[in-house]
Amino acid sequence: MNYYLSEELNDLKDLCAKIALKYILPVRAELDEENRFPREIIKVMADSDLCGIYIPEEYGGFAEMFGGGSMALTVATEELSKACGGVAVSYAANALGAMPILISGSEEQKKKYLPDLASGKKLAAFALTESEAGSDAGGVKTKAVKDGDSYVLNGTKQWITNGGEAQIYTVIAQTDPSRGARGLSAFIVEEGTPGFSYGKKEDKMGIRASSTMELIFEDCRIPASNLIAREGHGFLVAMRTLNKSRPGVAAQAVGIAQGALDEAAKYASERVQFGQRIDSFQGIQFMLADMATQVEAARALVYSTSRMIDSGERKYEKESAMAKVFASDVAMKVTTDAVQILGGYGYMKEYPVEKMMRDAKITQIYEGTNQIQRSVIASALIKETAARGK
Amino acid sequence: MRIVVAVKQVPDTAEVRIDEERGTLIREGIPSILNPFDEYALEEAMRWRDELGGTVTVMTMGPPQAEAVLREAVSMGADEAILLSDRAFAGADTWATSHTLAKAVEKMGDVDIVMTGKQAIDGDTAQTGPSIAASLDWPQITFVGFVRELNRDSIVAERYVEGGCEVIRSSLPVVITVLKDANTPRLPSLRGKMKSRKIEIPVWGREYLELPEDEVGLDGSPTRVVSITTPEIISNGEIHRGDPAELAKLMVDSLLGTEAF
Repeated sequence: MNYYLSEELNDLKDLCAKIALKYILPVRAELDEENRFPREIIKVMADSDLCGIYIPEEYGGFAEMFGGGSMALTVATEELSKACGGVAVSYAANALGAMPILISGSEEQKKKYLPDLASGKKLAAFALTESEAGSDAGGVKTKAVKDGDSYVLNGTKQWITNGGEAQIYTVIAQTDPSRGARGLSAFIVEEGTPGFSYGKKEDKMGIRASSTMELIFEDCRIPASNLIAREGHGFLVAMRTLNKSRPGVAAQAVGIAQGALDEAAKYASERVQFGQRIDSFQGIQFMLADMATQVEAARALVYSTSRMIDSGERKYEKESAMAKVFASDVAMKVTTDAVQILGGYGYMKEYPVEKMMRDAKITQIYEGTNQIQRSVIASALIKETAARGK
Repeated sequence: MRIVVAVKQVPDTAEVRIDEERGTLIREGIPSILNPFDEYALEEAMRWRDELGGTVTVMTMGPPQAEAVLREAVSMGADEAILLSDRAFAGADTWATSHTLAKAVEKMGDVDIVMTGKQAIDGDTAQTGPSIAASLDWPQITFVGFVRELNRDSIVAERYVEGGCEVIRSSLPVVITVLKDANTPRLPSLRGKMKSRKIEIPVWGREYLELPEDEVGLDGSPTRVVSITTPEIISNGEIHRGDPAELAKLMVDSLLGTEAF
């Protein structure tokens, strides 16, 4: 389908496709096997200016060139994900980590942190999840206590994407435990701050090129000026961040699904059984037709959501959740069907589709499970219906 | 340091088909790209510019649409671009092409080095680089796999030849042709893409270069391509199946029957 992307977005897409072909495809199986973070590839992306596509020009980025940052991130993440969901999330997680500063940071914080993120000199990560605070973000136990001109952090964050690789962390911590979610605050913590260390690196089912780590805070003292927005605004900052970043996960899902569809269609055109190409069998044709239709529908929803965000619309929580739910469910289904079309070969590591199936699963889970997303959609729907009833 | 990189727009495949009747390449439907070998020359030029300062100018001779490869080179980091284009340039062979390119280098005036890929993937002659040097009466180092040193006065380069490597020192100005061993070409950047969309590319024609009509294009070309054909396949090779001892005997018998023994 022609989405009439601007010349700039098409250039961006071409650039990502080049990086995928030249730098990601040759090593994706190796990165997956070895659970290895693609530092060299991130460097190539930085040299091509990809790290700044969602950051405004005044902080060293290129967002204006693309009419905002959401569509640019979507296009880039999708293109990179066609080749490897793990490398793509390592790239996109920087935007997630930078988003709290971009959305709610002070001018001083933006000037201090965003230029290095835009140039790719530093990487970022967003730290919300804890062992007992997943879907229930209000259950965060990490504490931040004000002490003069500082805050002192104590607690452990879990499953942090880009953990151990990023230099700048945006961390959600409790400043007033009596107020639950309303007692949360957002902070910037830099790598190397005394009392901040890394815990275990996770051994994951998929997206194994990405780094997923524990962050440990033991009497970690940071300047009070590293508080983002105000005390008690942490939950709001986190939700705004996730609403804006979810199309990125959706784009990752679309890319993974497209990659799997491409592999399946190619295989079906080459594989001969009963003396004919298997794409001449209606059983395979219908599977491919459904896969292609689902991927296109997912892409259309994600692009529409990103364009809505770029247009300056303030409320897009529902659409953002819909894009994430739909695209990730499509990715799971399409990658599973791709494995099916490749049959026994699809189940083997010689072919890339089993990895794509493993990579797809996480998109239904992270940045808000698909069940939580459905709650978000339903609650928006109920509110809209009630408003119409008045 | 002013480095000029001479590049060529070529069809995007080494397997272009040939119009047997006309003896020409069928270019329709085949996208054009920057000659891959020229990317190494461009990267080498930019690498030294980044280290020593100065500018990298890309230059090509061709029809107006050849401008596309100049913009691509700018998106990769070239500072400026010049297109040599004129109806009078059409049909040039390697002598007329390099003569025209050399004139443009003279016109620029303060050029220290001309770099180019070792050859173009369409013509495969590897003549244009050396011929530019001859036309300018500059020294040349061809098939450069590694540039060891470069400063304002001289260059030391490794020239990879069959079975060995020659280390050559030359004064500047100089022409070098670059092999793919020299570097890994960088990708375009968004900043470069932005610049490439905006940059104005001057077009220099025959009159601007003060070249007489009989030194350019078809009229200025001492050679003619008489015909281009695909060589006939003389032998298709043979496939034998059997146990190793049998096959070894067959092979020895076959080899002994040839003139080599």
